[in-house]
Amino acid sequence: MAVISVRQLGKEYKLGAQMHDTLRDQLTALFRGKKKQVEKFWALRDVSFDVEQGDCVGIIGRNGAGKSTLLKILSQITEPTEGEIRIRGRIASLLEVGTGFHPELTGRENTFLNGAILGMTRAEILRKFDEIAAFAEMDSFLDTPVKHYSSGMTTRLAFAVAAHLDPEILIIDEVLAVGDAAFQKKCLGRMSEVARAGRTVLFVSHNMAAVSALCSKGIYLERGKVAATGPIEEVANIYLRDALPGGDGGNQFKRGDVRGTGEVRFTDLQIMALDGSKSVVAGGGLRVRLSYEGNTDNVPARFFVNIYDAQQFRLLSLDSLTGGLPGPFPKNGSLELTLPTNFSLTPGRYSVELAALVNEAGADHVPSAMHFEIQGGDFFGNGRQLFNSAACLLRTQWELNPPTRVS
Amino acid sequence: MSVDQGPAPERVIRPQRGFITINFGELWRYRELFGFLAWRDILLRYKQTYLGVTWVILQPVLMVVVFTVLFGSVAKFPTHGAPYAIITFAALVPWQFFSNTLSESSNSMVASARIISRVYFPRLIIPASVVSSGFVEAGISFVLLLIFMAIYHVPVQPLLLLLPVFLFLTFLVSFAAGAWFSALNVKYRDIRYVVPFITRLGMYVTPVPFLWMDIVPERWRMWYCLNPLVAVIDGFRWSVLGPKFEPYWPGFFLSLGVGFVMLVTGMMYFRNTEKTFADII
Repeated sequence: MAVISVRQLGKEYKLGAQMHDTLRDQLTALFRGKKKQVEKFWALRDVSFDVEQGDCVGIIGRNGAGKSTLLKILSQITEPTEGEIRIRGRIASLLEVGTGFHPELTGRENTFLNGAILGMTRAEILRKFDEIAAFAEMDSFLDTPVKHYSSGMTTRLAFAVAAHLDPEILIIDEVLAVGDAAFQKKCLGRMSEVARAGRTVLFVSHNMAAVSALCSKGIYLERGKVAATGPIEEVANIYLRDALPGGDGGNQFKRGDVRGTGEVRFTDLQIMALDGSKSVVAGGGLRVRLSYEGNTDNVPARFFVNIYDAQQFRLLSLDSLTGGLPGPFPKNGSLELTLPTNFSLTPGRYSVELAALVNEAGADHVPSAMHFEIQGGDFFGNGRQLFNSAACLLRTQWELNPPTRVS
Repeated sequence: MSVDQGPAPERVIRPQRGFITINFGELWRYRELFGFLAWRDILLRYKQTYLGVTWVILQPVLMVVVFTVLFGSVAKFPTHGAPYAIITFAALVPWQFFSNTLSESSNSMVASARIISRVYFPRLIIPASVVSSGFVEAGISFVLLLIFMAIYHVPVQPLLLLLPVFLFLTFLVSFAAGAWFSALNVKYRDIRYVVPFITRLGMYVTPVPFLWMDIVPERWRMWYCLNPLVAVIDGFRWSVLGPKFEPYWPGFFLSLGVGFVMLVTGMMYFRNTEKTFADII
């Protein structure tokens, strides 16, 4: 029996217009008789699917594909513009852990408040309180205001409350992406327990490993529409093939006519993680494999791989000569370029440009050979979320010098 | 994150069109969350400052002193034989309830933006819980009022039993204003500049520091009673000072009616803008 059925669901957002007006602006607009121009776009359109009792469904898709909008509609936080959803059973949604936590309140007070916000009854929280405290691994700080907690402690407590929710249908956003690795594992364990107990779970994540481990079915959203549904392996494969490079390298490598002398021509390009998997994770290293064809043997070529960010800013220009491979090269061949693990571009979308010079003359140039995505990962090995405020990540060493005496 | 607390066998989520009414059944189902939020507001108010309780005591006492000197001794406003301190104190209790909760509830939706964009619950319980937290302060003020009554030898008489009724009416009027202004504030962020204006000026328009019947000319009386706080304040004075201070009934009911209309329209306006809150907050 379908516990959730979604039919022709659509959500339209207004763009451009300032969301909250001021009364003053409205009044002046009224007198001038001007109407503000509002741009609209559909974050979701014509989305239909069913979720059966006991299913664990992973909702996957790129940023902006409409996953969060879908969750918000399912959680009743925002209203759909069209279509409808029918839900049978008590539903709980976790779009964030620790909603409503207040720094001035103690751990105990926050547990009750957060539990109530999550939808637990007072009696339920009282009953589960000791269990929650034990799960959070903190009992001596329960009467300390949360503002004195470390961020790890706060997260643990928030998770513990969330993990003790007991609904028939559970909707989880990417909340497992915080906290230290060990605690994350514990939470994942708890979530899969929930799933195995016959409850229905909807799980949204970028973390394909977690989705595959937890879910049996998948829904792949692309530009506000359902692009694929079915067993998680199939859906995940479609998603990876679409969203990530290298899966079927030949399909993904796009090139136009040869621009240049054509003495060497690029024929293929693949981008993968160091272990050969398609999902490139920040901190996991990156391998670029390119194939070329030449006209003659012993080509004195120099190959360039340039990486651009989404704003078309050239971040890296890597070439075979300075990379220690001066050539000459055989007639047909394949090259491999490895980016180390202690350096990474921040998670996001990038594009690759290929160029080859033969005797300083342009032989071939493929401006936008491939797009690829770098996923968030545990770059610093400490479970912390990555800052996306800069283009690159680098593992560095910080030391405190012993105090020096100024003489 | 929220669990729907009802046993609802099937729930349908679809765009709501047309006029949205108040879902009292749903509000009742979320009564525990309402309780928790009110409890949080009270905890926070008295936790953040040790001066909290002292301030609650000092504020009305100082105001009573100022009003008594200014309007009672200097301007010599009519008192009809009652101590001026009690005349103003009896009015200050509901007035402070209204003005303090209004300044907080008008900002309450914006202050709860994070919860609103993450969890579903009937949003009306946010301003409602903030306004309810005003009862604690009202309780403290009431004890002070009793002390003042003892000092000024104002006898405790049976009408005092009606005080809880008038306090509840104060709550309703405050909640009506809270519903209006908290919803307006989500949409029009400059509303927050209007609220302090209302609470400052309102005290003098509302008959807090004086007995209005002696000051307002007869032909203006009904107009004056369009202020919903007039009924509440007259009720307070009546039950504290006794039968001699019986309200002007036609005005009383008019004022009460205005308050009721404000309450219904406030809740309706709130409900009908509620669905957009998560998108624009």
